[in-house]
Amino acid sequence: MMDFIDLVVFGPILDMAEYPAFFLEVVFGGLMSGVMYSLVALGFVLIFKASGVFNFAQGVFALFAALTLVGLMTGTVPFSLDKALPELPAWVAIVLTLLVMVLLAIAVERIMLRPLVNQDQIIMFMSTIGLAFVLEGLGDTIWGSEVKALDVGIPTGFFMLGEIQIQVFDLVAAAVATILVVVLALFFQWTRTGRALRAVADDHQAALSVGIPLKNIWIIVWSVAGLVALVAGIMWGSKSGVQFSLSLIALKALPVLILGGFTSVPGAIVGGLIIGVGEKVAEVYWGPLVNGAIENWFAYVVALVFLLFRPQGLFGEKIIERV
Amino acid sequence: MKFRNLAVAAVTTAGLAGMVAAEVAIAADEIFLPGLVYRTGAYAPNGIPFANGFKDYVTLINERDGGVNGVKLVYEECETGYNTKVGVECYEKLKSKNPVVIIPNSTGITYQLIPKTAADGIPLLTMGYGRTSAAVGSVFPWVFNFPATYWSQATAVVSFIGDKEGGMDALKGKKIAHIYHNSAYGKEANPTLEALSEKYGFELTLLAVDHPGQEQKATWLQIRRLKPDWIFMSGWGVMNQVAIKEAAAQGYPMDRFIGNWWSGSENDVLPSAEGANGYISATFHTPGGGTKLHADIQKHVYDAGLGAGDADRTGEVLYIRGLFNHIMVVEAIRKAQDHFGVKVPNGEQMRWALENTNMAQADWERIGLAGFPDMKVSCNDHEGGHPVLFQQWDAMKNEWNVISDWIPVMTDLVRPMMEADAKKFAEENNVTPVAC
Repeated sequence: MMDFIDLVVFGPILDMAEYPAFFLEVVFGGLMSGVMYSLVALGFVLIFKASGVFNFAQGVFALFAALTLVGLMTGTVPFSLDKALPELPAWVAIVLTLLVMVLLAIAVERIMLRPLVNQDQIIMFMSTIGLAFVLEGLGDTIWGSEVKALDVGIPTGFFMLGEIQIQVFDLVAAAVATILVVVLALFFQWTRTGRALRAVADDHQAALSVGIPLKNIWIIVWSVAGLVALVAGIMWGSKSGVQFSLSLIALKALPVLILGGFTSVPGAIVGGLIIGVGEKVAEVYWGPLVNGAIENWFAYVVALVFLLFRPQGLFGEKIIERV
Repeated sequence: MKFRNLAVAAVTTAGLAGMVAAEVAIAADEIFLPGLVYRTGAYAPNGIPFANGFKDYVTLINERDGGVNGVKLVYEECETGYNTKVGVECYEKLKSKNPVVIIPNSTGITYQLIPKTAADGIPLLTMGYGRTSAAVGSVFPWVFNFPATYWSQATAVVSFIGDKEGGMDALKGKKIAHIYHNSAYGKEANPTLEALSEKYGFELTLLAVDHPGQEQKATWLQIRRLKPDWIFMSGWGVMNQVAIKEAAAQGYPMDRFIGNWWSGSENDVLPSAEGANGYISATFHTPGGGTKLHADIQKHVYDAGLGAGDADRTGEVLYIRGLFNHIMVVEAIRKAQDHFGVKVPNGEQMRWALENTNMAQADWERIGLAGFPDMKVSCNDHEGGHPVLFQQWDAMKNEWNVISDWIPVMTDLVRPMMEADAKKFAEENNVTPVAC
């Protein structure tokens, strides 16, 4: 028994103490991965916060945005895959992609959401599952399935901080996420539209009755989620190339949402960081004891443990139902 | 409302009729080849060139030669999405058309089809993937995994590393990390690597990466700490691209990073641009276009407007692998026709032909791939013990260059392991080995 405790508890902890610089590198690496998870989780939070819909298609939004961006940057002709159009600079392509995401938001509101006003949340959720498949197929038809290199000029490489290796790409991702969160927080807290978004999230009917234009609010929030998806698509697509597995990054956001709460922007950030650090430390120090590859499910273990104590998540709104 | 219902019914009926019409009809004097392919889903970037190679070789044989000995090939694809369950459904759907062979295009689908194809009497061809011990023909008479298996490949990789280090003795004390897809496929090489580690005294570290492999920071943190002399990778899809990017980002020397033959296509290296320069991978065929076969494909398939993909991508690794699969099938059909005096061989006749595969230089020259090594399969050896080649990526020219001779595999080490595993399978599944 003591051997087992030594192996499972003291061994990894002593390892951390013996090589503190490496432990710090693992923690830093976890924080940086967490930032990437938060970028995806933010999109979910925005839509859930404003419309009470869990948008299953958020990962596919990131994929679709990245596909569109690469297509525009490389001068690909939609539906034909020929590269016959002028290649656009990254910033022009980003602006145009954002416009495409706004048009997508308008289409989602017109075709999908408007007919479903006041329907149960489960029906809204099911509709986003359908949306995910439609968008994935559409992305394939318009832009093709090949792996596409994405280079918007984000620097790569590393530098050493003492014994710790810092990757430049990670720092850029952290800076981008920070800016995005600050802007979103200001938008939600201090603008009329932000307040209207929160009112709609609380009760569609009540919001309508006080004159808040529901359709406009939904278009705005889905557009903002499209912006977040574009940022996530750029960061993840730059790491792995743009390809259809990009839509699976949504799976990385789920434990973050459980932990951080579905309605909290700071929750998405803090949740992402906790999950990032937790899974990296677990994988590096405890993974080898069980042949590795524990980080994916370990993230859910952390999230489920939090659920036991705070079902609404770290920063989620407490659910009080009066009968 | 009634009109709307009628319209919906009409559209649905028309759609179903269209689906039925889309299925390929087979005449009695035609040979049916099914294509279990994946042109959609997360692994589509790899599945598409593979599928294009399948289709283009069939088109070439029909257009240039008028079929095999005058018998037309009929090819029909079924989309699996690289999903095992869907792959099995594809098999069930297509088997009634009397396919001469099944190429499952996935290790997961292979495992499901091994018992089914044996029961249905259809040969299963899994070139360079699937169950390694299926090389033991006496236990798996219906499965063929030539030209080489994962276990044999692992021995060639260690031989290659030994050669670079100055001899197999120099491997003692070296550190080799195996980064593998955490699946049946990814784990295949582990027992062989463990046996080789024991034999040559190198320190082996096994690092699993979960599907799909989009996030690998923990793995590469461990690499940072371990500082291995060499990394061997058994990856697939996005896992490969992310691994190569991570290695480049942390400055790991690319000429000490070796992928297996499913981690060495253009798709894997192009997203890393210059970062992938020098990356090495194993392969069981030469890379690049420019062969006589490619010239024929250009003339008879692409110039005729019948190509499945882009003409400028026919030199890609996975496209050539798709071609290679159907080359072996066509050669087996030819052999079965000649031996049994039939136009359309049945499953048993194709099984005999595959079991008597014997490719020599004259055969490769006839096909248009001069320089491929000889390959001989037998009743009890369905692998053939084909040697392995190593290629290196030149990011400046965007091409793979061959950097080794054909390296022989260590049959003496892996064959007993295969036989032990096959024996265990036979005992567990009440399979009576056939006499060879």
